[in-house]
Amino acid sequence: MFEGLTGRLGDIFDRLRRRGALSEEDVGAALREVRIALLEADVALPAVKAFVAGVKEKAVGQEVLRGINPGHMVIKIVHDHLVELLGETSEEINLSATPPVPVLMLGLQGSGKTTTSAKIALRLKTREKKKVLLASLDTRRPAAQEQLKVLADQVGVASLPIIPGQTPVQIARRAMETGRLEGFDVVMLDTAGRLAIDDELMAEVVEIRDATKPVESLLVVDAMTGQDAVTVATNFNERVGITGIVMTRIDGDARGGAALSMRYVTGKPIKLLGVGEKVDALESFHPDRIAGRILGM
Amino acid sequence: FTKRKLDDEALEELEELLIRADLGPTTAARMTAGLARTRFGKEVSPQEVREYLAGEVQKLVEPVARPLVIEPERRPHVILLVGVNGTGKTTTIGKLARQLREEGKTVWMAAGDTFRAAAVSQLKVWGERTGCPVVAKDTGADAAGLAFEALEKARAAGADVLLIDTAGRLQNKTGLMEELRKIVRVIKKLDPEAPHTTLLTLDATTGQNAHSQVEVFKEMVAINGLVLTKLDGSARGGVLVALAEKFGLPVHAIGVGEGVYDLRPFDARQFARALVGLEG
Ligand SMILES: Nc1nc2c(ncn2[C@@H]2O[C@H](COP(=O)(O)OP(=O)(O)OP(=O)(O)O)[C@@H](O)[C@H]2O)c(=O)[nH]1
Ligand SMILES: Nc1nc2c(ncn2[C@@H]2O[C@H](COP(=O)(O)OP(=O)(O)OP(=O)(O)O)[C@@H](O)[C@H]2O)c(=O)[nH]1
Ligand SMILES: [K+]
Ligand SMILES: [Mg+2]
Ligand SMILES: [Mg+2]
Repeated sequence: MFEGLTGRLGDIFDRLRRRGALSEEDVGAALREVRIALLEADVALPAVKAFVAGVKEKAVGQEVLRGINPGHMVIKIVHDHLVELLGETSEEINLSATPPVPVLMLGLQGSGKTTTSAKIALRLKTREKKKVLLASLDTRRPAAQEQLKVLADQVGVASLPIIPGQTPVQIARRAMETGRLEGFDVVMLDTAGRLAIDDELMAEVVEIRDATKPVESLLVVDAMTGQDAVTVATNFNERVGITGIVMTRIDGDARGGAALSMRYVTGKPIKLLGVGEKVDALESFHPDRIAGRILGM
Repeated sequence: FTKRKLDDEALEELEELLIRADLGPTTAARMTAGLARTRFGKEVSPQEVREYLAGEVQKLVEPVARPLVIEPERRPHVILLVGVNGTGKTTTIGKLARQLREEGKTVWMAAGDTFRAAAVSQLKVWGERTGCPVVAKDTGADAAGLAFEALEKARAAGADVLLIDTAGRLQNKTGLMEELRKIVRVIKKLDPEAPHTTLLTLDATTGQNAHSQVEVFKEMVAINGLVLTKLDGSARGGVLVALAEKFGLPVHAIGVGEGVYDLRPFDARQFARALVGLEG
């Protein structure tokens, strides 16, 4: 239903002058459409503003070369700037620490933390031959611990035995202890979903962090997230400190503007993408693909 | 609050307020233009402007603020919950069951998510919490068959309501959407008018993709009601404003937490005021 950037810019580009330098006026008209396209793709307003300003600076005054369509030139500048902001390289999970390396999974309710924990465990097991322990610290959602156990069995990775009645912090300590005693390389700590504005639960996860000293704290976010991406990413980053972002449900048809919003407000890399419900549906982040998707091209 | 002339700058701020609440650029621009037509150049306080916008939003969503009505002649009234992964289907079933039980109704549940790990156990916990029988099979079983069996059983028991859970699915997955249609088809073999209510759960955190969700689920399984979940968070669910205009689907309830009591009627005034940042 939403038009991609190329379609939006069609008319404007027809009006752009064919030679000379791109004028402020030409670029301004194009950028109004870029702004709308980004907002429809759910890029958050502060990120949209910064982005548009950045493109403007790059584009105004650029010489339009003979034989080159000025419209395509603007699109290329927009696209390249987006790729640059999304983070040009793809970064993997950082495991450079004395094992067992704790990896903390964070995010709103239902964003995909538990599924992604199992996916990462499988990836580390198959690609890096790591011995991974999956531990569920979710004592709130019904059957959350069982969910992780079933997934652990599916991917052939160990899961921390469930002891009813323990608090999330106690489970976290036991997970690290088990990791040490049983020679695990990585301990994945899957936490309960929580609102970024829930002080009590945010304090709890800070306590978990302090008890385990995670090397990676990954914020798991749904690709369908709207403007709230800013609040979520800012709060989790400021309260807990995140080291990276995992974006789930990229297999849907959402434009995924939240990727830019989160990257913009936290400066943290998007490390992995969830591309399905199955345990092997996890991919490395490729900024050009997400850029194309956000721009609808 | 000091009054200030409603100029372009002030209007831009208002448009941004609406965009930040996920109204989407088109709806936000239209509402702002409406304000400009009536008040441009006049002295207005920020409070007055917000009141105005809240009023406009309220007008747009008022028609869809309609409670869920259980038809007593249906035995059972079948409610099918559908929606994208993780939006709150299973939890909403638990909350609805509590509410209906309190009204003295007998409620059955069907664990129609036969796909996701521990989805069956999750629903069983909600069944225990609310004192409702849960019809379930092992993970991997045929969801349509399970729904059929559940309706047979609930009907034989004379239940007032049957709540059917389904696996989360993204609307662009045609195979999974076909499976959902199959559930509906199979239920209709027992009761051609069932499901009487097909509820789509929408997560308030969702941005503009909600348009596509409603469009496709409506097309595929004729949803006739919405539940907006997770409104207890910082997201305001503003995409609902455009959805209300475009589809007119009733919003039966909102989710405001993870507990069994965290379901509320959708109140147009409250929703509109929260959207523009006004208290109460
Ligand atoms: N299509 C798709 N579905 C996904 C993806 N990642 C997770 N899911 C689904 O999203 C739903 C929620 O996933 P969970 O892993 O339970 O999410 P969570 O963050 O652990 O949820 P809470 O613990 O309740 O906060 C499930 O139905 C998953 O199958 C993905 O990349 N693509
Ligand atoms: N804060 C808040 N959390 C909610 C609300 N509704 C559901 N949740 C949480 O969101 C997460 C997902 O809820 P589920 O009911 O499992 O969602 P679902 O749609 O059944 O998920 P799938 O079956 O995996 O597609 C859980 O952690 C719930 O506790 C709500 O209104 N507010
Ligand atoms: K909210
Ligand atoms: Mg979980
Ligand atoms: Mg469910």
